[in-house]
Amino acid sequence: MKYKVILFKIFVHLAAFLPLANAYYLAFTDQLGADPVEAIIHFTGIGAFNLLLLSLMITPLSKRFKISILLKVRRLVGLYSFTYAFLHLTNFLVFEVQFDWSLFLSEILERPYITIGMAGLLILLTLAITSISLLRKKMAKNWQKLHNWVYLAAVLIGIHFYWSVKSEIIEPSIYLFITFILLAFRFKKLNKWIKKD
Amino acid sequence: RYPLTFTADGTNNTEVLTPEAKVTSHNNFYEFGIGKSDPVNNAQNFNIKPWQLTISGECDKPYTLDLDDLTKSFALEERIYRLRCVEAWSMVIPWVGFELSKLLKKAQPNSRAKYIAFETLHDPAQMPGQASRRMGGGIDYPYVEGLRIDEAMNPLTLMSVGLYGKTLPAQNGAPIRLVVPWKYGFKSIKSIVAIKFVEHPPASTWNILAPNEYGFYANVNPEVDHPRWSQASERRLTSGGLFARNRIDTLPFNGYGEQVAGLYKNLDLRKNF
Repeated sequence: MKYKVILFKIFVHLAAFLPLANAYYLAFTDQLGADPVEAIIHFTGIGAFNLLLLSLMITPLSKRFKISILLKVRRLVGLYSFTYAFLHLTNFLVFEVQFDWSLFLSEILERPYITIGMAGLLILLTLAITSISLLRKKMAKNWQKLHNWVYLAAVLIGIHFYWSVKSEIIEPSIYLFITFILLAFRFKKLNKWIKKD
Repeated sequence: RYPLTFTADGTNNTEVLTPEAKVTSHNNFYEFGIGKSDPVNNAQNFNIKPWQLTISGECDKPYTLDLDDLTKSFALEERIYRLRCVEAWSMVIPWVGFELSKLLKKAQPNSRAKYIAFETLHDPAQMPGQASRRMGGGIDYPYVEGLRIDEAMNPLTLMSVGLYGKTLPAQNGAPIRLVVPWKYGFKSIKSIVAIKFVEHPPASTWNILAPNEYGFYANVNPEVDHPRWSQASERRLTSGGLFARNRIDTLPFNGYGEQVAGLYKNLDLRKNF
């Protein structure tokens, strides 16, 4: 079993990291379309969302089909989602606004779709930091409470995507729909959690 | 694509041209899909034969141009123009074409001709974006655009039939498209089949979709932001990968203010964006 888990983890690393490395290589060498900046921003953004939804699918899938090995990579998938999301923002700063800090800050504060995307990223950052085993143990019960915020992050990111497009709303609508399906799986749990607080 | 005969651009252009490969592979042409590279991938079998462009409406001599007429009726010239997309990227493109005013004057517009309405081909069999809402980004086709007649008659306003010395590729709006260099790119309607002189302001596609984001005029204006992003600067696409330091300030009227600012001297450009 342990051997299988290690193999599975290596697979997840490769599946998440290789496409990223490939995209950056193509973008640096001006082979990622005519506008590599737009392309890399979209690639990392949609990649972050895909990985986040994937990480949220793990629990219901492993319960339903009794595949416990999936749970072993849940943290890893979540951390890759944060990595993609962090690079998404970094791309915007470094390659899109090109270190025009005042433009960077004003865009984050003045454009609601960027503001909520930023809020989603800050949640992911908090979750990534507290995913360290030591902190998880120290936080005990509070850890789960904090990590329930991932659902809010998913909704914020879904709206960020929906709001960012010009008229092509079908793809972001599908993403939002999947997000709410995944939320529905936790309806009881979230309801209890919200009422308690 | 075949080479065209034309007189070379007379201005002393000093700006770096956007490479032809980028001009022809980075297109917003939702009729062929919403991604930037969808048009180049989906338009390769686009058949422009036969083509008819009708010039009609409030004029004394309406007429029709067939495909061959598009490149033969008017003397062709090269015009190197900046193209500023509303999405805050820009290119520098050597177009080949003729002034729209020549085409319009030939029809002898009457006194009720206050605006010009343009329409793109509607052919869902050839344009997958028109056949599927998902591929076409939820736009109601055909794509329509419009200009005030004085804007249309301005010597800068070009009907383009080619770029980089050859006829237009399908993804850039073959066989004939509009180029209005002081306005955001979406005004420069592609693959035109109808030009009509009208009395009242015509509808324009993006204005119908989101009137708070895209106005009828759509003049390039660094002072008026798109609700979701700044228009004060832009990224100029030339060559170079991620580290191309290509962010530059956006100029009023895309740098063509000397030629066109007079058209708007009595207009509040914040309201009429």
